[in-house]
This record gives sequence, structure tokens and C-alpha cells, in this order.
Amino acid sequence: MAGAGQVSTGTTPNSPKSGAIPESRMARALREASIAGALAGVLGFFFLALRTDIVTGGLEVTTRWGLWLAAIGIVFAGRLALNLFYFGRDWGGGKATKSAARAVLPSGKLVGRAALAFALVLPFFFMAFFPNKDRQYIDLSILIMTYVMLGWGLNIVVGLAGLLDLGYVAFYAVGAYSFGLSAQYLGFGFWMALPMAGLLAATWGLILGFPVLRLRGDYLAIVTLAFGEMIRIVLINWNDFTGGPNGISGIPKPTFFGLEIGRGEGSFGDVFGLPYDPIHRFVFLYYIILALALLTNFVTMRLRRLPIGRAWEALREDEIACRSLGINTRNTKLSAFSIGAMFAGFAGSFFATRQGFISPESFTFLESAIILAIVVLGGLGSQIGIVIASVVMIGGIEMLRNLDFLKHIFGPSFEPSEYRMLIFGLAMVVIMVWKPRGLVSTREPSATLKEKKLIGADQVAQGEGH
Amino acid sequence: MEYFVQQLINGLTLGSIYGLIAIGYTMVYGIIGMINFAHGDIFMIAAFIALATFLVLTTVLGITFLPLVLMLALIVSMFFTSAWGWTVERLAYRPLRGSFRLAPLITAIGMSIVLQNFVQVTQGARVKPLPPQIQGGLELMSGSTDAGTINAQLSYMQMIIIATTFVLMIAFSLLISKTPLGRAQRACEQDRKMASLLGVNVDRTISLTFIMGAALASVAGLMFMLLYGVIDFYIGFLAGVKAFTAAVLGGIGSLPGAMLGGLLIGLIEVFWSAYFTVEYKDVAAFAILAIVLIFMPSGLLGKPEIEKV
Repeated sequence: MAGAGQVSTGTTPNSPKSGAIPESRMARALREASIAGALAGVLGFFFLALRTDIVTGGLEVTTRWGLWLAAIGIVFAGRLALNLFYFGRDWGGGKATKSAARAVLPSGKLVGRAALAFALVLPFFFMAFFPNKDRQYIDLSILIMTYVMLGWGLNIVVGLAGLLDLGYVAFYAVGAYSFGLSAQYLGFGFWMALPMAGLLAATWGLILGFPVLRLRGDYLAIVTLAFGEMIRIVLINWNDFTGGPNGISGIPKPTFFGLEIGRGEGSFGDVFGLPYDPIHRFVFLYYIILALALLTNFVTMRLRRLPIGRAWEALREDEIACRSLGINTRNTKLSAFSIGAMFAGFAGSFFATRQGFISPESFTFLESAIILAIVVLGGLGSQIGIVIASVVMIGGIEMLRNLDFLKHIFGPSFEPSEYRMLIFGLAMVVIMVWKPRGLVSTREPSATLKEKKLIGADQVAQGEGH
Repeated sequence: MEYFVQQLINGLTLGSIYGLIAIGYTMVYGIIGMINFAHGDIFMIAAFIALATFLVLTTVLGITFLPLVLMLALIVSMFFTSAWGWTVERLAYRPLRGSFRLAPLITAIGMSIVLQNFVQVTQGARVKPLPPQIQGGLELMSGSTDAGTINAQLSYMQMIIIATTFVLMIAFSLLISKTPLGRAQRACEQDRKMASLLGVNVDRTISLTFIMGAALASVAGLMFMLLYGVIDFYIGFLAGVKAFTAAVLGGIGSLPGAMLGGLLIGLIEVFWSAYFTVEYKDVAAFAILAIVLIFMPSGLLGKPEIEKV
């Protein structure tokens, strides 16, 4: 495994046995690299060296010694290089470097405004500079923006109120299905269904939040996870109503004040005198999700200044103090839960209209995990951090789809897209180990005495959720 | 009645497997207070290692004496799975020790994704079927109803699973309550800083906890493979969620609680499938969890958390 390259980060005391004679740097690096290589050999033996395959009449084991030895070699070399060039900086002292306190990117207003300005002109930017790939890039931007919105929504629950929610995707599913079902049975359009989806998701947030309020952090986590799975199982099995595993298809596209974005009489292009171009629909969808995401951000930022938002953050910092001061913790938690859920509902109904098709498969635990990972990797409670994390993680996995050139190196049977989630998982681990407080490690306090200034993320509690 | 007894046996068997996995969750939670999301995937890794060992022993080396094969497969799988458990802890959790609470949770989820996809990439996404190896059983009772005769049978496989779990549980309780290692673990569980001041090697104890959890998961993995005869890279997720549910239901941090929770979840699932609908068995298990937690917020056998100011 490639990750085995950093087996002993930080905690490497001076070798106890050698006593007064310090081991030379090279010898030590070699020793540790050998250990890492041996470990890789042990771990990989049953997965790289052996492979079980189904053949007629049962299973068969084939061997791939070349792959196994190559993996050992890579881990050995990687560990050696890390030891010599990376861990070399605090050699012998054994004390951890504390330089990581600064932010990767300044999280000030300037970056936010620049990002906003770029987001506003983004479709035209792509159309102007990447005329051949514009549709693909705008589609990717829509996807990223959806995750930004979901991340901002979950940030209310996890980042501000400090309640760990592992079933956030349930509300996303509620939003998507409430639009899908109302379109199918009642003939609702997107704009009719949007507020309804938000309301329904918020109601579900209340219903699911109510019983779990007494629970401590990790109990809350498992119960929310369980609720997420329950909703998915119900969606799969309630065949008559939800279409079961086949899902719902033919969900209508959004209209522009009653004008369809498409070809023909009375469409958007026809009325405004624009020639038909399929890109219009993508641009339109992009601006819808951008507006929804900005609404989420705006509401969050405003709520942080209202008593309710202050109460959320107080709850995250110290629940007992919160209760002693007379804050109704039940209502505070419920409001965070349902407002977070509402934005997931909006995002869900957007997802349904964008895809035109929904099925329970889109709402697995992995999706919750990805959203939570975006929130935590970006830096809990930091709005711009979530944008950065979404771009890095979601943009990253989508970019990994385009690695076809690797086929020339490893042969035509090599399927690069299989490695997407593997790399995604590794990236999650590596980023978290590298920056435990998230990519943006400063926070803006919502209440200040004299001047507003950024504080380190360490000073903000992450909420025990109890 | 026969039907009921049969379902009871099936439930106990499934519950034993859940219980063994749940112990891994509960021990890790007790000692470092984190949800080890990758534990279900360690179980899956164990099942794959056991399968490969089994195939190598029977087809390549040509050993046909089944108890020996299973014994060797168990030992090999325990060793290699422990190595995986140790490595996961070393890479993903130890660097974050003392960091804030959500960081190891995210690396755990990341590790879970990594393990699943690593196995998918290296072993293929198709399921691996293994024909049943241990057949036959004891007929406990037999009765005839309108639908025909129904037998309640305790198969040898189920006997092995229940007996192994029972023995392991006893051995494990003794290990925790009587040995120096168990004492160190309990000390770390109560107060890690104090334990380290008193000369307990905390890092080593935590590593050993992960190794022990992985070893138990590997027993569960082998038994799962033999019982169901089908494994794929995704079995870890559902088994892990169920086992974690079991650990929480029993009161996370409590070993007897994990076993009790595992048995309960297994029984609920089996009885719900038998008497109601098989599709909603997971919903039933989760609903019971939610209901229990509403009335007993720290699980069935968990100690109530004392809030310190």
C-alpha cells in the first residue's frame, strides 16, 4: 500500500538500544524503509500477490509476484525518500514541528469576494476560454456548487451547532424525492416544488431530531446514520410509491419564469432572440445552484449574528454553560437540525431537476461521508474552507476520470477510473493527517469586543454534541 | 414452535458474528473515544484473507483434512488481519491522537473507503462464492404443520460459530480482567494521561487494542465466509454498521454490552425476516436502536456519562 510510506510520523525517539552512539541518518532511514517495505509485503501478500477469481467449477488462485514486489519496492523507496528529505527537518530532536498553525490561504474577505466574482462569471469564462470543453466544465461546476451548498448546509449542524450528523444525505433524499414524486403525481414544476422540498426536509429534520436530542455526540452520530439508512431502505422497498430501486425518471427541468430552456416556439431562446444552444440549459442550472448556494451562505452568515446563531455557537462551545444561562438547548438543537435539513432539501430538489432521474443509489452513506468530509477538511465553521474542499475533493475525483493516458503506460486493460475512490479515500486521510483543523485553519469569531480579527481554529471548540 | 427454535438458532449465529465485530468497535471506543469506521472493512479484509488461505491450502498445497485447513486459515487470517488493523491505526489514527474529535472520524471514513476500493481493485468487484464446507447437523425437533414438516436443525457450522464465540468471549473477558495487558487497557480507558504517568505505554496499549479487535474481526470474517459462502468487497459496510449499532445498543465501551447488543441485533433481524418482511429487517434493527437510546441514552449496559464542569 502506498500510504504505508509514512509509518512513523513524528514519534521517533532516539533509538534506545544504541545508547551514546547516534545512528547515522542513512542507516536509520534504511532500517525504517525496510520495515515499511516488509510491512507492505505482509499487507499486500493476500491482495497483490494472490488473486482469487471465479472459474468454472469454483474459485482459483492466481499469483502476481511482479505486482507484489513492485509494491514493496515503491513503499520502500517512498519511505526512504520521506525519511531522508521530509522527516529530515526535525531529525533527532523528536519534537513535532509547529509551523502548521498558519492558514494555507488567507480566509479574509478578499478571497471570498474574488471567489464570488469568479463564480458569477464562471460560465462565460469557460465559454470564452474552453469552447470545446465548456459544457463539461460547467457541468462539473454545477456538481461542485451542489456540494458547496450541501457543505454549507451541514456546516450549520456540525460546524456551528456542533452536532455530529452522519445521515445528512437523508434530507437530501427527502428533497429530491419530494420533487420527484410531486412532479410525477401532482405535476409540480421545479419552482413550485423547491419551497415544498425545503419545508418537507425541515419537517423531517424536526421529526428525526426530536428523539435524538438527549443523545451524546457519538450516539447521535449512529442514530443519524441509522435514520439515513432507514430512509434509503424505505425508498428502495416502497415500490408502488417511490418506484423502488428503479427510481423516478422524467423529472421536469426548471423553467425561466415559465419559459422552457430548450428548442422551439415559446422557449427561452425564442423569446429573447437567442439561437438555440444546448449550453443555455447548463448555464441556467449553474446560476440556479449558485443562487441557492449563495442563499445558504447568506442565511447562515445572517443567522450567526442573530440570537439563534449565537446560541448555536454557544451550544458548541459548552452545553452546560449554555443551559445555565437559560438557553433552551432543545429548541436550539432542533432549529439547527431543521435549518440544515432545509438546505439539504433545496439541494436535493435541485439535484432531481438536474439529473432528471433519481434513485436510492444516489443517497448512500458514502454521500453523507463525502459531505461531512468536505465540511471537516475545509475547516469546520469556515465558509470559504468548504468551497476550497469541494473544489479539491469533488473536482479532484472528477478529474481522475480523465486519466486515460495512463492506459498507454499500463496497457489497455488498465482502468484508471477504478482508482478514483481509492485515491479519494487516501486524499481524505492525508489531508486530515496533514491539517487536522482543515485546510483553512483560521476562524472568524461572530462576537467580538473591540476589533474583528481572525483567530486560530484551535481556539474554537468542535462540539461534543452532548 | 420448531420454526421459532430454528429462527432462534439462526439469530444466535448471526448475533455471534455481529458480537465479535462489535467488540472491536467498543474496545476502540472505550480506549480512545473514536468510532473506528474502518473496522467493518477490516472484517471484510479478514474474510478475503481467509478465503485466499483456504484456497491455497486446499488447491495448491492439497491438504484435505478440513479441521486442519480451517485452523491454519484462522491463524493466518488472524495474523495478517492484525497487521492490517495495526497499520490502519498507525497511519490514520496515531498522528491525530490528541487532535480534535472529528479528525480521526474523517480519517476512519477515508480508510474505510481506501480498504474497500483497494480490495475491489486488487481482487475484482465480483462476489466470490465458496461452496459450503461443513455440512450436516443435529436435528433438534421435528413437527408437522399444515405446510408440511418443519425441522429445527442445529447445523455443525452453527454449533462451531456459537461455541467459538462463547469460548472467545470467556477468554477475552479473562484477558481484560486478569492480565497486565487488560489492566493497562482499563487504565488507559479511565485516564490516558494518568496511565502514561504511571508507566503504562499508552501507544502500545492502543496498538494492541487495535490488533485484538482485528483478530476478533478475523474470526468473524472466517465464520461469515463459511456460513454464507459468498463474500465481496462491500460486506464490510453493512456488517460494520450493524456491529456498530450492536455496540451502541449494548452501551458503547462495555464488552458484555457489545456481545448482548450483537445477539439482540442478530435476533431482531432474523425474527423480523421470519415473521414480517425481509426487506425491512435493517429498518427494524435501527428502529429498535433508536427506541432503546431514547429511553436509555447510554445503551443497555453502558455506564451513564457523568458531565464534568
